[in-house]
Amino acid sequence: MYQYDQYDQAMVDARVAEFRDQARRRLEGKLTEDQFKPLRLMNGLYLQLHAYMLRVAIPYGTLNSTQMIALGDIADKYDRGYGHFTTRQNIQYNWIKLEDAADILADLAKVEMHAIQTSGNCIRNISSDHFAGAAHDELVDPRPYAELLRQWSSFHPEFTYLPRKFKIAVIAAEKDRAAMRLHDIGIQIVERDRKIGAAFYVGGGMGRTPMIAPLVRDFVPLDNLVTYAEACLRVYNRYGRRDNKYKARIKILVHELGAEEYTRQVEEEFAHLLSVGVEPPREELARIEPFFADPPFVDGPKQIDRSDPDFALWVDRNTHRHKHDSYVSAVISLKPVGGIPGDATGEQMRLMARLAKQYSFDELRVMHTQNVVLPHVRIADLHALWTALDEAGLGAPNMDTVEDIIACPGLDYCSLANARSIPLAQRISERFDASGKTSRLGELKVKISGCINACGHHHAGHIGILGVDKKGVENYQLSLGGSEAEDVSLAKITGPGFTEDGVIEAVEKVTDLYLAQRQDGERFLDTYRRIGMEPFKEALYG
Amino acid sequence: MADNLGTSPDEVQFRFRDDEPVDHGTVTVDACREQTNATAVRIEPGDDARELLPYLDRLALVEINFPSFGDGRGYSAARILREAGYTGELRAVGDVLIDQLSHMRRCGFDAFAPDKPLDPDDAARAFATWENVYQRAADGRSTIAQLRHGAGE
Repeated sequence: MYQYDQYDQAMVDARVAEFRDQARRRLEGKLTEDQFKPLRLMNGLYLQLHAYMLRVAIPYGTLNSTQMIALGDIADKYDRGYGHFTTRQNIQYNWIKLEDAADILADLAKVEMHAIQTSGNCIRNISSDHFAGAAHDELVDPRPYAELLRQWSSFHPEFTYLPRKFKIAVIAAEKDRAAMRLHDIGIQIVERDRKIGAAFYVGGGMGRTPMIAPLVRDFVPLDNLVTYAEACLRVYNRYGRRDNKYKARIKILVHELGAEEYTRQVEEEFAHLLSVGVEPPREELARIEPFFADPPFVDGPKQIDRSDPDFALWVDRNTHRHKHDSYVSAVISLKPVGGIPGDATGEQMRLMARLAKQYSFDELRVMHTQNVVLPHVRIADLHALWTALDEAGLGAPNMDTVEDIIACPGLDYCSLANARSIPLAQRISERFDASGKTSRLGELKVKISGCINACGHHHAGHIGILGVDKKGVENYQLSLGGSEAEDVSLAKITGPGFTEDGVIEAVEKVTDLYLAQRQDGERFLDTYRRIGMEPFKEALYG
Repeated sequence: MADNLGTSPDEVQFRFRDDEPVDHGTVTVDACREQTNATAVRIEPGDDARELLPYLDRLALVEINFPSFGDGRGYSAARILREAGYTGELRAVGDVLIDQLSHMRRCGFDAFAPDKPLDPDDAARAFATWENVYQRAADGRSTIAQLRHGAGE
């Protein structure tokens, strides 16, 4: 994986020093809270309901065991012994003291990590396919391009005070495991005439007004990648709405201008910027690429011994086909039944780090579904790995099932939330586990947001749940038919909302209808798409 | 860079130029297009900086106003003018704060007139924040990628 050179390290060290200075000026009263807020936000520091929250960047979700150990140690030293992995492949700590923040950033810098631009109206951490470099179905590893864009977007002088936050995802497979078209810019690395280039989708997003990004350019040559991104951003920085923060994301600009007119403006700016020469030298991509070269895979057993049924179930659910046939990628579920989605203790983080070192060439990934991946596990080692995970409470066999729920922090932590998300996720997973229905339901993506900002991706859930405030009472809207994958679609609301108990009943009812109606091989989503909303409405409200 | 601090007329706190400052007020972008003798103009956030491109030769001062530090349109306006070859003074005015200085400098600003005067020591540190930079911008600095590959100045 990528390693800092002296330049990268100096940038991060400079940022720690800068933040120390900003915190000092805040304490001396030279900065008002209004002036300090965007500065702390650009270092990932939020003020939540009960304490400060620090969000740490994990670029494209990739980290090594040393970094994971550091994350676990921070959880123990500065927080309450745990951290929370997020839908942007980051980690956040919910119980941070302001006076510790600069020290935490310094601890992170020692292991080539930071919290830069994990918040604020700037270009955020760039996400990618969590199976990048391991998946059997990718064209190339997308991470070198994500790293090139990471450097370009770090401390960008022109794009630090954008109308609103800006999220970029980069993938390189037809199968979309990164919700690419629900990003401000979604980039798919593609091949044309035996040359690699990038397709740009611009103006997607979730939030209050969910939109699927339209294709803006089907092929940007690799040596124009940064220039094209710069053109997309400049048009947005100049013309994105600033009169209303709820209409300030690029999706609104693209929607209001129309994709065609936005594209025209981008192309014009792109032509201009080509003459300015903002692209890094081509040698830079060539320098980055070897960091992501394959580890030294060796041939070994290709068959999995399935005699242990518990292990076999975990293999079926939680492993993903690798490009080398003696290996698989193994998903460590952070969704134990009744647990808090995405939470891991410091001890669990250190264990995952040890297992990564032992079994996965020292590499881990954070998934946008709030789980962790060991990308390169020898099939010969799989049973030993599973045994160790299971003993630590990390062996839940539930990837992409009804128990693998994405949930935002909700009203338990977040000052924006209208309703709690976590207890709902806990109760749904407990109920479906207890009834044994999880297996029968197969792939079913449930996503819960505690407010309209949609951090829990409810618009993209096969089943989405949105918490709202109804005259001071928590109320939940149910929606169906969303997908963040290559078959991307936005979920539709079923009708009137439910109480907490009521929405759990409602999930039960729509899954019962699916089981009664499904045809061979259909997922919940497929059945919904075939029979439409009406039968589900009938089951819920009839 | 920071050595030049303080060599400026009253309202300009930091100026990185040796020429004489313009000693009269600015006109709006609209007025600039109508008055063929205007040499100083002020850009507001909603103005299109490209409307000034035909007149760059006669302009000696462009002020870019930041009514609120969070409105970043002025950064694009500044780069657009520099990319078009404007060499006159480019002055950031308004809600200009310590922590915007280094980015503004990179976008081509060479004079700063903050509404509220800034602590000179803090400002000097802010101008010197980045020993090296990742992006090409209007300040002509070699990027880290260029330095890595021996293409730096």
